Amino acid sequence: MEVLRPSSLREALEMRAAHPEALPIAGGTDVMVELNFGRRRPETILDVSRLPELQVIRREGGTIFLGAGVPYTWIMRELPDQVALAQASRTVGSPQIRNRGTVGGNLGTASPAGDALPVLAAYEAEVLLASVTGTRRLSWRDFLRGPKRNALAPDELIVGVEWNVPQGPGSFSKIGTRNAMVIAIASVCLQVDETTRGLRVALGSVGPTILRAPEAEAFGAGVLDEAGAWADPRATVPQDAVMRFGELTAAAARPIDDVRGTAAYRRHGCAVLASRALTWALADRRAVAG
Amino acid sequence: MLVRVNVNGEWREADVWPGASLLSMLRDELGLRGTKNACEQGECGSCSVWLDGELVCSCLVLAAQADGRHVETVESLASEGGLHPVQQAFLDAGAVQCGFCTPGLVVAASDLLRREPEPPDEVIREALSGNLCRCTGYQKILDAVHLASGRMRDGAV
Repeated sequence: MEVLRPSSLREALEMRAAHPEALPIAGGTDVMVELNFGRRRPETILDVSRLPELQVIRREGGTIFLGAGVPYTWIMRELPDQVALAQASRTVGSPQIRNRGTVGGNLGTASPAGDALPVLAAYEAEVLLASVTGTRRLSWRDFLRGPKRNALAPDELIVGVEWNVPQGPGSFSKIGTRNAMVIAIASVCLQVDETTRGLRVALGSVGPTILRAPEAEAFGAGVLDEAGAWADPRATVPQDAVMRFGELTAAAARPIDDVRGTAAYRRHGCAVLASRALTWALADRRAVAG
Repeated sequence: MLVRVNVNGEWREADVWPGASLLSMLRDELGLRGTKNACEQGECGSCSVWLDGELVCSCLVLAAQADGRHVETVESLASEGGLHPVQQAFLDAGAVQCGFCTPGLVVAASDLLRREPEPPDEVIREALSGNLCRCTGYQKILDAVHLASGRMRDGAV
């Protein structure tokens, strides 16, 4: 076994091209477990934890670029206004894990339980990939191909993600056996987009990959429309519509039974989390309106 | 492969297997056994150390990733003058049962008090959420953190 330790993205991409079999490691919170337990014995490990290009957060106009190597602790500190992402970051593991784990790692592992991933889906984020031959951008949907499968080519590295900053409240919530150190049994991110008067709902841990709930999104936006709540956030949205929004969100889930929970529990969890998320969003909008 | 790490203020070198964790290097190569090895998957916090001042699970850091960096272990806390106030508070509050989780908890609690000298209960609980005590002595651990916090602010230790 050999460890390659590039100090710039350029050098890393050259190494990646020469060693397409190399396993990239950043925060190590997934890769080290596989090494420690002997589940993986890569010939080559590519340490991307020292690439300055991956450790930046840039705000340009209405967009944010988040480097693949930024740990969750920084995200909580530097992007508190990206409420859903900051909330998701805070639910990752423990302080020790959040000091190391990165969004690039969530994307690389591509587990449907990656906490940042539903937020990226609700932000309609693009994933930036680079190789020695150039760069490309893929939508979150095109990048996340299935359970632990992504569209990363063997000569590419994940550079970061970029999204248009949404105008409107958002939240992330997840279900697990305790507040810390849990892999989500179900998670929901709701993002309100005041500009298009739309809702975006994304689900984690309830399907082979991250799912959006388009029917719930259209229904919820319509409910706000009928209530006149887009124009006047103080307008009352009927409670039964909020519950229906939850049911439609749950209908978009494609869960399975596994060690963490049953499919039925996950579906129910989605409904509860989504109804709560809409209730919070409506309250946030009212608070802003005063 | 040869890895060079500044451990508790001193540059140390070891020839490690390239897939070895920082935990394995500290314990097996450098003989620093205060840092405990339990779950090797970041669940238990027993192997908590500081890497360039950040609290991390040393089992989840590739030793090669720590090359050229600064690591502080639980052994850095006590001085010739005596125990670190957090260590003393763990003793005085009875926050130690079997003792296996203690080094990790002492490191995590010290990390918290560096950042937040007077943390309320809920902040302590969140800061220690990555450290497991299977004797389930958490209440006395909370007491110990409050005790250390008070003493450190009073400058009594």
